[in-house]
Amino acid sequence: MLIYNYMVVHHKDGQRDDHLFHALADATRRDILRRCLRDEYSVSAIASHYPMSFAAVQKHVAVLETAGLVSKRRRGREQLVCGDASVIRYTKELLEQFEAVWRGRLDRFGEILQDSQTKGAST
Amino acid sequence: MTVTNVQKDSAALTMTLTARFDAPIGRVWELWRDPRLLERWWGPPTYPATVVDHDLSPGGRVSYFMTGPEGDQPHGWWRVIAVDAPHRLEFEDGFADETGAPNLDMPTMNIGVSLSEESPGTTRMEVVTTFSSLDEMEKIIAMGMEEGIKAAMSQIDGIL
Repeated sequence: MLIYNYMVVHHKDGQRDDHLFHALADATRRDILRRCLRDEYSVSAIASHYPMSFAAVQKHVAVLETAGLVSKRRRGREQLVCGDASVIRYTKELLEQFEAVWRGRLDRFGEILQDSQTKGAST
Repeated sequence: MTVTNVQKDSAALTMTLTARFDAPIGRVWELWRDPRLLERWWGPPTYPATVVDHDLSPGGRVSYFMTGPEGDQPHGWWRVIAVDAPHRLEFEDGFADETGAPNLDMPTMNIGVSLSEESPGTTRMEVVTTFSSLDEMEKIIAMGMEEGIKAAMSQIDGIL
């Protein structure tokens, strides 16, 4: 199923990967993204957390938006930014597959240690 | 249960696994240092690993291949970045071609291992994997999954 997803993402919209790559390569943007996954915030609320200009934060948000990681919606006078769940869900799914690989490894790791202990510590 | 904690950061593209073992730190380190022990846990039972080169010094290389149920042999390599036995190992893990030469078209990931003895005879191991981009993470995991699916298929064949 993962390979299926992989093909969908790559073939449907090849352009998007470069944007994603670029968007996630910056620590401030990753931090903004993490924030927006928890809740919706206005750009000025986001900007208050960073030692940079409102315009600079606005630029970061625009990069995240182009990559499809966040979306904006209007509420009254302000624009709210929220993390786009679909991309994040996809990344999470990839990490979950990877987690399964390592859980397998560490289970075997533990078994070997237990084996060597019952056999009286062969070194 | 050996794994005590897993933290996945989708935005930073990292995964941190913490495990606790009832063994002294020296013995836990042995499972990384001794290639014969390493090959007993690195590959899944359906894709057992064979370690060819194994040099755990900074800049050193580890090369291995795994043998799949259909005789397919994916190759891989590590490049050791830092080592401080028995506490720390950091390496780059990548794919290789069938001759064992690193496949430079495929992305690599960074793996950092930290060991600490919590109390005499109990060792905590933390493994942090970092991918450099979502695109690279997709490629690496999709490649690994392909092997996993092949292995599962052959198990089903065995049952039928």
